[in-house]
Amino acid sequence: MSIWEYANPKKFMETTARLMPWLVALTAVTLIPGLVWGYFFSPEAENFGTSVKIIYLHVPSAFIAINAWIMMLVASLIWLVRRHHVSVLAAKAAAPIGLTMTLIALITGAIWGQPMWGTWWAWDPRLTSFLVLFIFYLGYMALWEAIENPDTAADLTSILCIVGSVFALLSRYATLFWPQGLHQDASLSLDKAEHVADVYHRPLVLSIIGFVLLFITLVLYRTRTEVRARRLKALQARERMA
Amino acid sequence: MIALLVRDIRLAMRAGGGFGLGLAFFLIAVVLVPFGVGPEGGLLGTIAPGILWIAALLACLLSLDRIFTLDYEDGSLDLLATSPLPMEGVVAMKALAHWLTTGLPLTIAAPVLGLLLNLPESAYYWLVVTFLLGTPALSFIGTFGAALTVGVKRGGLLLSLLVLPLYIPSLTFGAEALRRGAEGMANTVPLLMLAGITLGTIALLPFVAAQAIRINLR
Repeated sequence: MSIWEYANPKKFMETTARLMPWLVALTAVTLIPGLVWGYFFSPEAENFGTSVKIIYLHVPSAFIAINAWIMMLVASLIWLVRRHHVSVLAAKAAAPIGLTMTLIALITGAIWGQPMWGTWWAWDPRLTSFLVLFIFYLGYMALWEAIENPDTAADLTSILCIVGSVFALLSRYATLFWPQGLHQDASLSLDKAEHVADVYHRPLVLSIIGFVLLFITLVLYRTRTEVRARRLKALQARERMA
Repeated sequence: MIALLVRDIRLAMRAGGGFGLGLAFFLIAVVLVPFGVGPEGGLLGTIAPGILWIAALLACLLSLDRIFTLDYEDGSLDLLATSPLPMEGVVAMKALAHWLTTGLPLTIAAPVLGLLLNLPESAYYWLVVTFLLGTPALSFIGTFGAALTVGVKRGGLLLSLLVLPLYIPSLTFGAEALRRGAEGMANTVPLLMLAGITLGTIALLPFVAAQAIRINLR
């Protein structure tokens, strides 16, 4: 069992075919209870009222938005180092999901910000870096679309992903130069005392687990689709030759 | 390497090379601003650092797709790839030529345009310093973007989508250093960050861009 075995698309398809129903079921039993618990059975916060409940969408989607890019970075590196074809397809598959998650985080943030801060948008460092991340996802996907040869596209998008990661980090620190904005500090962290009370914490963690599983499921689904599309292209090319 | 540099500068200076075009674009972009926001001197003076930096970014962007596309189309890039000169050197010279024909003229022209935008007097020194420290990064990042899209037909729009987000750190630190300098505040930290980004891009991006060119020529 190593990830190198799954560079063989046939092996990858067989294993994931067996895995998919389990993943879908696991996603359903964590995501749905997590959200329902959060939305209907958790108390309202003193200062925020009902609007606090958007946290169960906002925090997990923001978490995935960042980690999807990190996953793409790792997958791109694996492709560049070992020519692992499935790996680069997984990176390609993850990009639109990451883009959507970034958009969900931005939109839920705006919906929350309007009643709470009195504005839809502020040029706060956190908000700004998410907008930048959104543009990076767009550029990455646009480069995939623009290049016809799949291997060339894979190489160039991987390079862009690596260079983009460095510049995304730089932008993150560049915006810290601005006066501190409206966004509160991290909701969850490993090394500090929790910022949110336990009643919110438990459904939130369940929702995050649900979102992670949802992300894995969707990435595998999209990767399977990419593998099939690649096979289809090969078949069509063979037919034209015959 | 020097021969290549001289060749690229000559090509850029001749008609159709886009040498004057970038400068003219910089001028028109800056001149348009007072029409858009109104001619009050106070407001113009406040936003002038940001406007000058953004106009410089866009002017740089304008000539980026010329760096490799023409050489790619007429085959000189293949010749350069097979020449004894390493591709990294070719890329670095291309970026240097781009800076000498856009970044440097922009730096020289910027104080004049600052005058038009009612930039405070204390800012002129910092304007030239931040432009000198910052614009080389624009050329080297742009060369990397151009190397990525060299095989794409009519890749100009894609190029700007890829390159402009990469300009954000330079823009933030450059405009911030200029603004703080103009107001007489300490601006060493953003200035050092700006210079650091420039040196980092000069040191590393030619290697990445050369790899991208090799992939595109495969």
